[in-house]
Amino acid sequence: MARKPADKPKANIPELTKDQELAAFRDMLLIRRFEEKAGQMYGMGLIGGFCHLYIGQEAVVTGVTMASHKGKDAQITGYRDHGHMLVMGLDPKGVMAELTGRQGGLSKGKGGSMHMFSNEHRFYGGNGIVGAQVSLGTGLAFASKYRGDNTVSISYFGDGASNQGQVYESFNMAKLWNLPAVYIIENNRYGMGTAVTRASGQPNLSLRGVSFGIEGEQVDGMDVRMVHDAAKRAIEHARSGKGPYILEMLTYRYRGHSMSDPAKYRSKDEVSTMRAEHDPIEQVKARILDKRYGDEDWFKAVEAEIRAIVTEAADFATADTEPAPAELYTDVYVDGLGA
Amino acid sequence: MPITILMPALSPTMEEGKLAKWLVKPGDAVKPGDVLAEIETDKATMEVESVDTGTVGEIFVSEGTEAVKVNTPIATLLAEGEDASASPKAAPAPVAAPATTAPAPTAAAAPAQPGFTPQNDPDLPAGVEMVEITVRQALNEAMAEEMRRDGDVFVMGEEVAEYQGAYKITQGLLQEFGERRVIDTPITEHGFAGLGVGAAFAGLRPIIEFMTWNFAMQAIDQIINSAAKQLYMSGGQVTAPIVFRGPNGAASRVGAQHSQDYSSWYSSVPGLVVIAPYSAADAKGLLKAAIRSNNPVVFLENEILYGTTGLVPKVDDFVLPIGKARIAREGKDVTIVSFSMGMRYATQAAEKLVAAGVDVELIDLRTLRPMDSATVIASVKKTGRLVTVEEGWPQSGIGAELVARVVAEAFDYLDAPPVRVTGKDVPMPYAANLEKLALPSTDDVIAAVNAVTYRS
Ligand SMILES: Cc1ncc(C[n+]2csc(CCOP(=O)(O)OP(=O)(O)O)c2C)c(N)n1
Ligand SMILES: [Mg+2]
Repeated sequence: MARKPADKPKANIPELTKDQELAAFRDMLLIRRFEEKAGQMYGMGLIGGFCHLYIGQEAVVTGVTMASHKGKDAQITGYRDHGHMLVMGLDPKGVMAELTGRQGGLSKGKGGSMHMFSNEHRFYGGNGIVGAQVSLGTGLAFASKYRGDNTVSISYFGDGASNQGQVYESFNMAKLWNLPAVYIIENNRYGMGTAVTRASGQPNLSLRGVSFGIEGEQVDGMDVRMVHDAAKRAIEHARSGKGPYILEMLTYRYRGHSMSDPAKYRSKDEVSTMRAEHDPIEQVKARILDKRYGDEDWFKAVEAEIRAIVTEAADFATADTEPAPAELYTDVYVDGLGA
Repeated sequence: MPITILMPALSPTMEEGKLAKWLVKPGDAVKPGDVLAEIETDKATMEVESVDTGTVGEIFVSEGTEAVKVNTPIATLLAEGEDASASPKAAPAPVAAPATTAPAPTAAAAPAQPGFTPQNDPDLPAGVEMVEITVRQALNEAMAEEMRRDGDVFVMGEEVAEYQGAYKITQGLLQEFGERRVIDTPITEHGFAGLGVGAAFAGLRPIIEFMTWNFAMQAIDQIINSAAKQLYMSGGQVTAPIVFRGPNGAASRVGAQHSQDYSSWYSSVPGLVVIAPYSAADAKGLLKAAIRSNNPVVFLENEILYGTTGLVPKVDDFVLPIGKARIAREGKDVTIVSFSMGMRYATQAAEKLVAAGVDVELIDLRTLRPMDSATVIASVKKTGRLVTVEEGWPQSGIGAELVARVVAEAFDYLDAPPVRVTGKDVPMPYAANLEKLALPSTDDVIAAVNAVTYRS
């Protein structure tokens, strides 16, 4: 497979500024700690159903969001969505309370882990059907162009999702109408238990737009600098009216597909090697120390700040009440329309 | 004989139009393809072309005439050597009949729909050993046995092979039958459902597993437009012996997009067989029947039932009849009809009701299409009271269908309005308390029985 080892010396590495490095570290750490907590709470029975953690993939959404107009550009993803919301600035308490199905959750407890949204932050979910977000994201791009509001739509989907037919129907329309759509393929090597090479005739997913005339790149998705740099290029391309762009982020999920995955399809060794040698957070941390952007005290302070946020979210999500029974029949139609 | 040119129809629904313009006049020589006239409707304009060589004879309808009925003679075309005097007089159109002779012909009435009489369950040999297995094992055994029996049967779907099935229904099949017959697909439901139907057209017997039926919505076009309608569209020529199977309905806390019951959707489609078993024995016997069926079968399982156990007879080849309901308990006070997961609520309710002195008759439909309404109607004629139980939404549900059939055929026997117990009329909420409220419960069934028996 065309994977670039991250430890190979890279030429012309697009460095981040000090502020960007520090912010990237903080955002990624928030995702990591939040997800670890969610995993614990699932184990305690506070979270039910499916719960897909983003641990290992933090650099992708962090680098892309950093390159976007946060809060203006639309973003949409599948069910592995907690990290996206945290980086986009949605309230961690609201996210966690949705995971526990409480009234203070972003969807009043009615959506769950896979279904959260925020018009204010232009986050459109939170989608449970593999591949559906690609057509929806293309529609968000259509609306941008229709309105001429100079925004871009960013759609995230997995290596597994990249085989769904509607992805290609969307690619075609996006190029046909030169929509400001950026497609981020989060290639974490597996769709559930199926390795990319067992699901894709052409495993280089950055080439999936070729027959539609859409440019694509393979990016080291464990290195937030590379993610940010490629995303800037892609977003600029889309925003300037040149149409869609595809980025295949080579990334890795450390945990099982969802909380109930025995993960027999890969070796423990593969996981520990990725963690030890390519961890996105450790990479930033090493650079921050190396360049003296921050010292151990700074890291301690950030850890403490993040822990406080996550603990507050977990406490809120545990203490909050379940939605009132009357909520059963609300939000089916607008304007109180009934069946 | 001169040829009569009739006012043509531009579309299947056009009844009349305007003769906008004549492009020829009597005496003009024309050949096939020459434009004779233009006609217009509110929707379109069309040119009337000559289909023959000849000379324009008489023109009956002058240009600019509105509301010319389709099939009205508008002109004649004379063959070589004919002259205009040979031309038949215009009108009356050959189809017009005097109003006094007979009532206007009406369209032929549709014939009555032929009924379907299902077979009874096979008699089991006396003293047959009953083995307790899970629904999961029952389904697994059914597939394995049919795959041993027929080399054309294969299984395809997401995670069915190396991962041994997302819900372990295909456990061990890859090991026994190899990767030619147990095939992992990419996440492409529409594609592999269609591929399966194509393979079935070519004579194979695919078992297409959907990880859950929620994802089959990606593929529903192939299930209905390609599989269900094929036999009819081909005039009985091309069959689609395929089984689509997987867990249907709510699991637990998986939210709106992963918790829908599709029973009534598929059960409304002619051409499909729809099976939704509850017990392990029915799961085994009916899945084997489904695989052998020459019709496309939608086989609706339930994730929560996979781990439940039941007694299955240990016989060589346990196949149950499609389309036959099972009377799970005989009684005379009230008829409860359910299927799949609904049977759990119904069974638990029946136990309590019987203990309280209500003699419940409990019917498990097992097959939703063809629907064994005869068994239900016979029961209601005995009890006079009907309660239906399902997890799906109320509107146009299985209960709605049962009630309609019972009211139509056993109206005089009813002692109370039938009551449907269903899932609530909302997408499935995630929150634990709301999910519980959204699903039917044993108490709901008891309350419904109390209502139809006027107890409280
Ligand atoms: C249409 C559809 N089919 C199947 C599923 C079940 N499913 C959920 S996630 C998943 C794997 C997706 O893999 P990938 O796109 O690589 O994303 P990842 O989980 O690795 O982030 C599958 C098969 C689904 N949710 N929707
Ligand atoms: Mg993946």
